Amino acid sequence: MTGAAIAVAVDAVWKFHGDYPALRDIGMKILPGQCVALLGRNGAGKTTLLRILAGLSSAGRGTVRIFGNPVRERETRRRVGVLGHGISIYDELSALENLRLFGKLYGIANPERSANEWLERTGLERAKNGLVREFSRGMRQRLAVARAFLHEPDVLLLDEPFTALDDRAIAVLQGVMRRAREQGRTIVMSTHQLREALDLASHVALLNRGKLGYFGERTAEMLADTGWLYRHYDA
Amino acid sequence: MNFLRQALTIAAKDLRAELRTKEAIQASLSFALVILLLFSFSFDPSEDEIRVLSGGLLWIVFAFAGALILNRTFAREIPNDCLDALVAAPLSGAALFLGKALASFILLFAMELMCFPVFGIFYNVRWTGQFWPLMLVLALATWGFTVIGTTFSALTVNMRLREIMLPLLVYPLMIPCLLAAIRLTSHLVAGQPLDPEVMVWMRLLVGFNIIFTSLALVLVESVLLG
Amino acid sequence: MREKIIYGMAVLAAVLLARNLHSTFLVLPDEANQGMIYRIMFFHIPAAWTALLACAVALIASVMFLVTKDFKYDALAVAVTEVGLAFLAVNLVTGSIWARIIWGIWWTWDARLTSAFACWLLYFGYLMLRGAIDEPTRRATLGAVFSIFAFADVPIVIFSIKWWRTQHPQPVFWGGGSMDSAMWLTTMLNWVALMLVGAVLLLIRLRQEEAQREIDSMRRMVHAI
Repeated sequence: MTGAAIAVAVDAVWKFHGDYPALRDIGMKILPGQCVALLGRNGAGKTTLLRILAGLSSAGRGTVRIFGNPVRERETRRRVGVLGHGISIYDELSALENLRLFGKLYGIANPERSANEWLERTGLERAKNGLVREFSRGMRQRLAVARAFLHEPDVLLLDEPFTALDDRAIAVLQGVMRRAREQGRTIVMSTHQLREALDLASHVALLNRGKLGYFGERTAEMLADTGWLYRHYDA
Repeated sequence: MNFLRQALTIAAKDLRAELRTKEAIQASLSFALVILLLFSFSFDPSEDEIRVLSGGLLWIVFAFAGALILNRTFAREIPNDCLDALVAAPLSGAALFLGKALASFILLFAMELMCFPVFGIFYNVRWTGQFWPLMLVLALATWGFTVIGTTFSALTVNMRLREIMLPLLVYPLMIPCLLAAIRLTSHLVAGQPLDPEVMVWMRLLVGFNIIFTSLALVLVESVLLG
Repeated sequence: MREKIIYGMAVLAAVLLARNLHSTFLVLPDEANQGMIYRIMFFHIPAAWTALLACAVALIASVMFLVTKDFKYDALAVAVTEVGLAFLAVNLVTGSIWARIIWGIWWTWDARLTSAFACWLLYFGYLMLRGAIDEPTRRATLGAVFSIFAFADVPIVIFSIKWWRTQHPQPVFWGGGSMDSAMWLTTMLNWVALMLVGAVLLLIRLRQEEAQREIDSMRRMVHAI
């Protein structure tokens, strides 16, 4: 299989804090269309790994390639969407301005139209000219989802996406992810919500103190018994 | 060209956000006015003295008040983790840096411009004798200040005591740029033309700007990715 | 082995220093214009050279860290900067003492004093910056970037201050005159001695830095369990 046919190829990645390895020798190949749930306890390295995949942090050793190209390449980043812990939108700008800004930065063909489409999709079209600082929490979260994925990325990276979201924002996000899966896009998400994650995921990666304890298909056992994975692979 | 367009997009974003809240420019300008006022009645310089002192006085004001603007350059990305979104977006660190520097430069320059008439009134100085050369010097020195300040704004962005660290790191580095700016500003405010005697300072400013702009553009990616 | 090298160098430095002190105070005559105090130059000048060399090593180590991400170079950069700062401080203090005797004042904004002081502040900023960052990789990276900026700034600082000062009246420098060859020899030998002292300090500091890194990673390991 050529490199370009692999959506996310992680090869022998280490991340160090001084001498301490926060990630140790992580290797996995994620194919287009797969949805990977990244599991593990707090401090296992989920966020660290996602940040490296997103190009927000550099690996100490090893390489990450997305469709065969290094993550920090501009073309690569155009194909990746990241939803992190923060909402990453500007309080002093309006909803429309926020989306237009990122639309321009991602070089999409018609930022204005995409922005409006996404505002509609997230139920924010009536508030589009309002400043974000006047928005409610739920509205901000929905806008954050629109911001992260308005350039229709082939690879979606989500860090604890469902934590602290309200019902409507969860519905929006689930809609985005369902659509992405239907269109054959690749998803990697870290999460604590085992039940929901296992429902969505096609594959599971379990991190244990920086090591990849398990990577493979989500099996029937896992669905039937959410504790199964941890009991078997999280020593 | 894409590079430049992205830099301008960032600059426009920063300026728009700043003009909505006016946090940095207001703080900086009022701080500048306070220092100008304090200097004026604590030293009460004569007309001859002020001609000699003008460069030093103005640039100390600009350096102090400017730190408030430069501190905000990257700090404004912090509240909602916006910096992550910018770094993840497909623009180079250099474009991001240039955009932010451009926005800070415009804010600094505006603050400095507003200080001049106040300076003229408080100290009873006619400073417009060499207006355009003065603007050129102001622009060059402000760019040097901006480049160093923006770099260190990025460096200190996640740090405790950020507001204090920035000036402590920036001012020593700024010594050559400040010396040149002070000497040239005094010279021009006194109404003397840019003659060969002070050209060495112009060359110094240009050299300083070239060296540190290139260094910053090369190194900013390492700073942002950490 | 490393231990023995450190001891060996320290002994060599002590012997050389003893030889130099002997020749400085008991062999060489007073200088015609300055009398006794010129002897401080045997420490003042080599200390400046050692400090300058330390800055250059810090630059190389910083660039190497950014390229390789190997913490060996980070340890070298911080160790050599600290040692360099110590020597620059020796240079500043001896210069100030000399100025007190010859010029009658402890401090003057003479070009060299000022630029030495500015450089000291610059590199002190490096240590301050490192002190404010907890995460080791980030600390090393940002420190390296700062060190590169500082090194690029040093020559411009020196040039600009010199130019600034030459337009002002300034204290008279000690009458040019070429240095006597015996004095020259002692200066050079004392440079070697100070470099040895610097190297010993550096090696000790490097070991501390490595131990510290190990301790930090063990701490993180414990927290992770």
